[in-house]
Amino acid sequence: MTYLAPKRHAGVYRYDEIDRQFLNERVAEYRGQVARRLSGALTEDEFKPLRLMNGLYLQLHAYMLRIAIPYGALATHQLRGLARIGRRWDKGYGHFTTRQNLQFHWIRLEDTPEIMAELAAIDMHAIQTSGNCIRNVTTDQFAGAAPDEVVDPRVYAEILRQWSTIHPEFTYLPRKFKIAITGSANDRAAIRVHDVGLLAKRNEAGEIGFAVYVGGGLGRTPYLGVKVSDWVGEQDLIAYLEAILRVYNQFGRRDNLYKARIKILVHQGGKQKFIDNVEAEFARIRGPKYRLDPAIVEAIERNFAPPPFEELPPYSEAFDRAKREDAAFAVWARNSVRDHRAPGYASVTISLKPIGGVTGDITSDQMDTVADLADRYSFGEVRVTHEQNLVLAHVRQDDLFDLWKALDAAGLGTPNAGLITDLITCPGLDYCSLANARSIPIGQEIQKRFADQQRQQDIGDLKIKMSGCINACGHHHLGAIGILGVDKKGEEFYQITLGGNAELDGAIGDIVGAALPPDEAVDAVESIVDLYLERRQPGERFLDTLARIGMGPFKEKLYGAA
Amino acid sequence: MELKAITANRLRDGAVVWLGPQGDWVERVELAAAFDDAAAKVALAEAEKSAAANVVVGVYAFEVEVVDGVPKPLRQRERIRAQGPSIRTDVGKQADALDRAA
Repeated sequence: MTYLAPKRHAGVYRYDEIDRQFLNERVAEYRGQVARRLSGALTEDEFKPLRLMNGLYLQLHAYMLRIAIPYGALATHQLRGLARIGRRWDKGYGHFTTRQNLQFHWIRLEDTPEIMAELAAIDMHAIQTSGNCIRNVTTDQFAGAAPDEVVDPRVYAEILRQWSTIHPEFTYLPRKFKIAITGSANDRAAIRVHDVGLLAKRNEAGEIGFAVYVGGGLGRTPYLGVKVSDWVGEQDLIAYLEAILRVYNQFGRRDNLYKARIKILVHQGGKQKFIDNVEAEFARIRGPKYRLDPAIVEAIERNFAPPPFEELPPYSEAFDRAKREDAAFAVWARNSVRDHRAPGYASVTISLKPIGGVTGDITSDQMDTVADLADRYSFGEVRVTHEQNLVLAHVRQDDLFDLWKALDAAGLGTPNAGLITDLITCPGLDYCSLANARSIPIGQEIQKRFADQQRQQDIGDLKIKMSGCINACGHHHLGAIGILGVDKKGEEFYQITLGGNAELDGAIGDIVGAALPPDEAVDAVESIVDLYLERRQPGERFLDTLARIGMGPFKEKLYGAA
Repeated sequence: MELKAITANRLRDGAVVWLGPQGDWVERVELAAAFDDAAAKVALAEAEKSAAANVVVGVYAFEVEVVDGVPKPLRQRERIRAQGPSIRTDVGKQADALDRAA
């Protein structure tokens, strides 16, 4: 496989010779491990942790390969490479996850060494997508484009990627460890539900530092992260994170799988005690060895330099005219297009939530189409969002109409970004061996109920998030309406929560009542939405109305008066 | 009477397989053997030998009922494993004709 390089202006990290050599050696090592497994030289117990360290799970129907997309950023040649893998070794489609990664669900073990080699040739791999290590770092899909951005979080996400990749001390943590970073006060990376959440900001002198949240997480015991420091200077970032990880590695529980995440250490072990331990370790190791060298930061910043934007007026007559003349385009633009920091440009969300489709799924042909359009309209890069959509970050407003026509022709023009049918679902029992219930079909039914565009627009900002088990890959705790699939004697039931919110002032949703069978769960969602529309005051979002009237009326609507 | 079938994933490709009446692994649940409780324990032990021989991984027994001579999984999880994703009937076992899989 010939090595391919990203387009010149794509906002992705450029691998150097050392990176490439590491990946090639890793592929060779993995190839040997698979050969030994297939020959019987390794037992499954011996092989399982090795395959998991390379992102290979055994799921309901076959092996599943989870490929890392660092901070959700893809160069177009990488997206085309993923399309090729999907075509050649899977069934022609992939699934984007809430951790900005891509999963292939029909992989054969014996093919995986070749797949890893194909990935290495496009600077990709599946390391840190499984196991009790620091996982793929996630961030804001509008990084480098959002008008409200203070610091470009991709620079620090990449620094954290390099720091954490096969970090010898943190390869066998008590449990997995997830870091998210945002560079805007309007958090689009859900940092408070990660093991560590970083809010990059600037002080009055213009210096960069980070507010650090620790102990967020969903799953069986959901918690919002607590702020352990309001300011960690740029140079101390690695030392401070190293201190957090060391404290977790030392004191995190290894005796109980369900109490092993850092959230338990922080929330049940005592916040102040945790902070004291971190500060003590930080004070001990702070110094030249862990200081983040400004030269390194600058070198990495160059990978994310703004592309050569044209000097354009902020207002596009062509865009405005197209909206006036084409109502369908106007609806799409209203929901999919958002402001950009460069005059005359916009960021575009490509919805992977067609009504009645499979949330986050994309065919290989669609991947190729998006790559072609990104080359043509967005400097050769594509972003994956934690809400399972794609983003073209830098599109000229003058080009939006042509872009929309091409997307629509490829089945990628669903105008529902940010609306109620733009819901999150995990793969659920249709694919996942951990799931108790299906997620996708419930999502599809909900989408069909709310398919009417005018109704969706009228409902406005209302996020539905759904998981097929308590592990919460679908972030159900964070849905304004959350849905959790449960198993009752082999049959699927669904528990509904209300009031979740992934933003910086976020909240974990509260359970409304007893779990419902599938049809009733979909009816219940519609009843909840109808009640909101009936009771809302002008300008209120669903969460505002819920906060004002409380859970009672919703509970009564679903379950009758107590 | 409660009956059980034995299932696993094939090592090389991960495909879902079931223990057949001849002690071989078959690719369709319709072709699987159904065992009573005592026989299931014996069959499970035999199947574990196949795992030890690196033919399959993840062996376990699950509940079935036999309808018109064909085992049918009682739980949703096993029904989906036997068919494929409920939301994509073009993939999985359901996409292959039974006579081709036999």
